[in-house]
This record gives sequence, C-alpha cells and structure tokens, in this order.
Amino acid sequence: MLQKYLPNGLAMSLAVSFLLPASLMMSSSGVYAAEDAIVIYSARKEHLIKPQLDEFTKQTGIKTLLYTGKDGALIERVKAESERTEADILMMADAGNLGYAAEQGLFQPLNSSVIKQNIPLNLRDADDFWTGLSVRARTLVYATERLQPNQLKDYEDLADAKWQGKLCLRTSQKVYNKSLVASIIAHDGEAKAEKVVAGWVKNLAAKPYAKDSQVMEAILAGRCDVGIVNTYYFGRLMAEKPDTKLALFWANQETTGTHVNVSGAGIVKASDQVDNARKLIEWLAQDQAQKIYAEVNQEYPANPAVPVSATVAAWGSFKADELSLSEVVSRQQQAVRLMQKAGYR
Amino acid sequence: MTRLHALRQMVIWTPAWLLLATLVLLLLLPSLHLLSSWQEIDTELWQHFADSFLSELLVNTLLLVVAVAFGTLLLGVGLAWLVVMYEFPGRRWLSWLLLLPFAMPAYVLAFVFLGTFDYGGTFQQWLRPYGIEYFDIREGVFGPALVLTLVFYPYVYLLARTAFANQSISMIESARILGCSPSQVFWRVSLPLARPAIAAGVSLALMETLADFGTVALFNYSTFTTAIYSVWEDFRSLAAAAQLSTLLLLVALLLLGVEKYSRGRRSFVQQARLDQPPFSLKVWQQWFVSGLVWFVLLVVLIIPVIQLSIWAYQSVLAEWDSRYLEWFNSTLILSISAALATVFMALLLNVLRKRFASRPLRTALLLARLGYALPGIVLAIGIMAVMAWFNSLFATTWFIGGLFALYLAYMVRFIAVAYGPIESRLDTIRPSVIEAARNMGAGSVRLVWEIYLPLLKPGLIAAFILVFLDISKELPATYLLRPFGWDTLAIRIFELSAEALYERAAVPSLLLLLMGVVGLLILRRLNLFK
Repeated sequence: MLQKYLPNGLAMSLAVSFLLPASLMMSSSGVYAAEDAIVIYSARKEHLIKPQLDEFTKQTGIKTLLYTGKDGALIERVKAESERTEADILMMADAGNLGYAAEQGLFQPLNSSVIKQNIPLNLRDADDFWTGLSVRARTLVYATERLQPNQLKDYEDLADAKWQGKLCLRTSQKVYNKSLVASIIAHDGEAKAEKVVAGWVKNLAAKPYAKDSQVMEAILAGRCDVGIVNTYYFGRLMAEKPDTKLALFWANQETTGTHVNVSGAGIVKASDQVDNARKLIEWLAQDQAQKIYAEVNQEYPANPAVPVSATVAAWGSFKADELSLSEVVSRQQQAVRLMQKAGYR
Repeated sequence: MTRLHALRQMVIWTPAWLLLATLVLLLLLPSLHLLSSWQEIDTELWQHFADSFLSELLVNTLLLVVAVAFGTLLLGVGLAWLVVMYEFPGRRWLSWLLLLPFAMPAYVLAFVFLGTFDYGGTFQQWLRPYGIEYFDIREGVFGPALVLTLVFYPYVYLLARTAFANQSISMIESARILGCSPSQVFWRVSLPLARPAIAAGVSLALMETLADFGTVALFNYSTFTTAIYSVWEDFRSLAAAAQLSTLLLLVALLLLGVEKYSRGRRSFVQQARLDQPPFSLKVWQQWFVSGLVWFVLLVVLIIPVIQLSIWAYQSVLAEWDSRYLEWFNSTLILSISAALATVFMALLLNVLRKRFASRPLRTALLLARLGYALPGIVLAIGIMAVMAWFNSLFATTWFIGGLFALYLAYMVRFIAVAYGPIESRLDTIRPSVIEAARNMGAGSVRLVWEIYLPLLKPGLIAAFILVFLDISKELPATYLLRPFGWDTLAIRIFELSAEALYERAAVPSLLLLLMGVVGLLILRRLNLFK
C-alpha cells in the first residue's frame, strides 16, 4: 500500500522541504528586520544579558534584537558582513576578544561622557573602542577543612613545591586563564611567569579541568586543596549548596591585587543605529542595569558607585589588579605560547 | 526527427545538468576555500606547534580514532548480528531502542558521564566506602573514546543490521547445510557480505570523531580539532586553522579510500531478505543475550536519561519558559526540512555517479563528502567567507544570516551521511530489473517512480533518519549561521552547559532526545522503519 504512495509522498516532502523554510524566512524577516531595533551580537550568554535588555526596552521603548554566538565566531561574522552588517553592538565576555575586535577595526569610538564618568579607566579601552560593563574576579578557592587562609598568598605562590599534588586548574584554553597568565607576564616578566606556570603544572593533582565548576567539585571531593576560579562560579555553587566547605581567598593582596577581567561591549563601526546603540551601552553602565548584572550572575558592577549584591558582599572586599586591560590583551598570545610550551593543557 | 529529438533533449536536460554542476560546486566551495589557505604559511607559528603540541595531538587523535573504530565495530556489528540472527526476549523493541543513543548529542553524554562517573560524581562516591579509592575517567583516551563510541555505534549498527537482514536466506541456509556453525556463518558469509555497509558505518563514525570538539574539550583531551580551535582562538590565525583542517581532510580522504577499497569491485545484488532470525538459542542463552543488550542500553541510555531527569526535575521551574516552544519548533523545522534537502541532494549525486562514470566527477563526489570530517566551526566560517563573497558579488545581505547559508552548511557537513546508505542500496538494484522494466515499455519517469524509488526506500529512510538526528544536534554551524529568531535546542544546551549549568541544560537535552525518539517512533509506526 505504502509502496504505491511513497513516490507522491517523497515529491511532497521535497516540496515541503524547500517551500516551508522559504515561506518561514519571508515571514520571520518581516518580524525581525524591525528597522528601529538595536541589533546586538553577544558572546555573553542569552540568560545573562536578556534581563538587562528587556528592562531597557521597558523603560525606553527602544527594541533590541539579541543574537548570541561564540566570541571568535561572532567577530568573524561581523568581519564577513563588513559594511552590510546588521549588528549595532558587539558584546564579548572578556577583554581579550573585545581588544581583538577593536584591533580588527570593527568598532567605532564610544564618544560618551556618561561611560567615561561611570566606568573606571582601567576597565575601558585606551582608545575608547569598547568598555567593560561587568567585572569578573579570578581568585583562589580552597577547602576550608584542609587549609587555613594564612597558608595562601598569591597566584605565584601556587607554583611552590609545597603545593605538589594539591592544585587543581582549569584548562589553559579558557580565555580567563590566558588573561590571568598575561597579567602575570605584565607584572613579573616573561621569565618569572614561565617558572610560575611550570610550577603549577608540576603541582597539579589532576589533568586540568574543562570548567571552573569542575575544579571546585574536585576540591570538594578531596582530589586537591586549592584552585583558581572566577568568583561567580563560586557564587552559583554556594547558592545551590550553602553548606559547601569551600571558601574564596583574595589573591595577591600584598602585591599586585586580584586579577580581574570584564564582559563588555562596543558600537559596531557599520552600525546604522549609533545613537540608540550608545544610549543602550550608557544605560547598561548605570545603576539599574549594573544591579541586574550583579544579581543575575553574581558579578561585580563595573560602575564603582553601584553596590555589589548581598551574596557577593559576604565574600569581603578586595584590592583588584589595576593593570590596564588593554595591556593584558596585548600579552595574551605570549601567554598562550608560554602555557603551551610549559605543557599546561 | 531524431535531430529534433536530440535538440529537445538538450534543451530539457542542459539546464538540469548545469544546475547539478552548480550544486556540486557549491558543496565543494568550502573545501576549496580551505585549500586556498596554503598560499601563505606562517612558518614561525608552525615551528611553535612543532615545538609544543603537534606530536602529542597526532598521537592522541590516532589513539582516539583507533579506539572508536574498535568500539563501534564491536558494538555496532555485534549487536546487529545478535538482533538479526537470533530470537530472544524483547528482540523487536530492543533492536529499535539500540538506535536511540544516536539521538543524544555527544557532548550531552559527555557531561552526564563526567557528572556521574568522575571523581566527585555519584558513582565513585558509592564506591569509595568499599575501598575503591580513585580513578579519573578524564585520564587518557578511555573516557572520550567511550563516549564517542556509545553515541556513534548506531551508524555501524544501523547499516550492519540492514545489511545482515538483506542477506539472502538461501546463502545462509546453504552454509548451514554445509555444516557451518553460526559463528562460521558470521565470519565466512555474513561479515564479508556486509563489509561494504560496515565500512561505510565505521568511516562515518570516524569522520564524526575527527570533527568532534565538544566531547574532547569536556575531557580536556587534545586532538586535531582542539588544536584547530586553539590556533584560531589563541593565535587568531584563520589561515593556520584552515591549514590544520586540510590535514583532517586528508585523513578523511584516507578513510573514504579504505571504505572504497573494502567495498572492492564486487557488486552485491539484492535477493530475498531475512524476515525471521535463522538461528535459535537455548532459553538461558536467549536471556543472556537479552541481558547483554539491556546492559548496553543501561550504560548508554538509561543511566544518562535518569541522570538528566533528576537534573531536569531540580531545575525545570527555573529553566522552563514559553520560548521553549519556539526552540522546539525551529529545531524540528530545520532538522526535517534540511534533512530532506540533504537526502535529495545525496540522491542527485548518486544519480550523477551512476549516469556519468568519469574520473573528475568521481573525484568531485568524493571531495564533496569530506565536509563531514571538518570541525563544524571551520566549515561554518568557510561557508561564511564564501557567502560574504556572494554578498559583495550581488550587493545584497541575503547570503549571510539567511537560511541558504545554513542549509548549505548542513548539506556540506551531512551529505556524506546521506550518501552512503543510498549508494549501497542503489548498487544492490539488479540491472536485470531495470532492463525488464524498460522492455515492458516503462519510460524514465515511471522507471524512477515505480522501480528506483521503491527499491531505494530503505536507504532513503535510513539516510533521512541519520541526517535528521545529526542536524537536530548540530551546534557550531547553526550557532553562527542561523537567521534571527531561529535559536534551537542545541544552542540552549550549549549556552547553559558552557556556563556549567548542567542541571538546567538537562531540560533542553531531554527535549531534544524526546524529539529524536518521537521521530523514530513515527517512522516505526508508519512501518517505514523498524
């Protein structure tokens, strides 16, 4: 029976396969090519930026269109689309990619006094092409059952032989670690940094993990005693399991300060919505949005006038590394080479 | 008169062939684009690779490929043989359930396995009181090889099962009468006959292994693919990444060559198929086989689904919102329509292959299938570069961010998956059947609709299922090339799991799995596929 109808069925399904998406594309382009919407290409994950954008639209009536993707891929896309791009704003989750986008000529200057007032100089691009909007601190986390805070000191100290078999790290492929090592190179010089990384590798209790959360789980399970993580991962774990026997330690307080990175944004050079795009970034730099940033992901506001969330406040205040992020960005490749040579995978 | 006829033929067919040639060229463009990267070589960068990780990743990749080849052969062929040749309790359902792992994205199985079996996971916490102190499933090749084997064995299983089931009863019965034991039948008759199908399945599994990024990244196991990512993301060198990728293409070419070689010059012609398992087992043996199959399902399907369900239960309130319907819809629409288009394209290519046996064309068809071994992101960026060129050529914005680019990406990536099953079916059609139909006066159209398509049906359906499931899980190309508003479940899974929010990622993962299961169920229901 079916044998007989199959050819017709096939012909129909073929027609459907080509017509359906075509018709949907027509209809969807009607919905999405809203002329007045600000188009945002974002490497910051949807659930961490949508709340801010929704609030912005509620207050100003200006629509936004969010298109998420991987950082490097989005940069390639804006490059490929060149002057025809629909993107007005490019958002990245770290300074390295912001810096690279700027270097590739994808941004135009922000030209905003509001941003200059609200965001400290070291969290912005020296040439005004991008600005940080939230701060992510990368510091030590340790097992409270096995270590006292006074045994810990700084990132460099974790290379000491006394930590052999007690250290857990995330993979060197993660951009946060590239930035951290870049900052160590900037502060201590390449030779010292190389020794530090080699020391870390020697001290590893297990092959580097793919995620910060896995590093913390390994410490909890007793595999190792100390690791380096972004604080908001610690925040998430604590929110889930408040009695977890882990604590943060603010690294390098007696020296350079704890390493910080930003998630941030810039206005795309080929944008046809420059004014609205600037308005959105300025809005994101102000109180209300900064509070949402702090709440949705337990990050630090980039605007120093905005208080941290209650959860984050409980971790105590710390001295942040004031090294300019542009400097960190420029040393990232050097950091990668150094880590690859040292066998840090 | 004949001249007029010839002219008419030309008028009708030339545009069709031109169209086909364009399509083949489109499929080749990304690979050609990659090849063009060799114009400039950054010797200093290559020196750095050579000094730091090149040898390590070559060894790692080789180990992984060998391990996955071995694993998928063992599981795929072994299970297919048991399911086709023996009756045992639950055979009909089990034979179908064994396909389901393929609906699971590899990276989902990877994070479930890590969550369950790693040092801090539930499993080892149970074991620890019994003195089993410690093992790290992330060490060495075992973990990633296991995960990739478990999600890719269905390629081998599906193709081997079809091949075994389509072997002629008379051949097996002759072997029995000549005194062959079941195992001798397996080694001497069935395996050699099924070899082309099995080779096709293994080569698909291995190409996908070469392209995998998500799983090896979660295990932090460096392979060629992770190196390609590193070159691109760390050194911002698309050229070097493309150059490394062409090396992957070479390996894929080698795989296809091996597949072709194993197929040999023999042609396997369709005969009466097996409807009933020819061998019987004692009762205890039947239960043993049944238990064995259940054990495989337990590891690859049941434990992960339980873990995902627990996570989903904990997080569904926080995670669920109405947009899930949109994501579900776009995943479904994209997967069905692009899978149909890909299968259609693979059919066209196969027709081309049969119609014209010229060497350049064969080479082109071979090259067109290599896309499967490319890491998705390399392919996606390659296609984007080509589309950007089209954009400026036609002064439009239509090519990037339209469905066209995405469909092309799916086709380039998955044409190999659709090609194999169709090819092996096409080659089993007896020339005598076609001749008979012609002699009875059937024209080309009737020949296609009434002979070729019905005979190709099993191959077309197998191809559709594989590509449908593959596209529903696909991430990198979808992520970069989807039009606005076409977010898929795979994207949601990635965005959550990249932030290590595995509990929440379980919700879209289960939905994706459910979609695959329902799709397979419908096909089973329609009797299209058991």
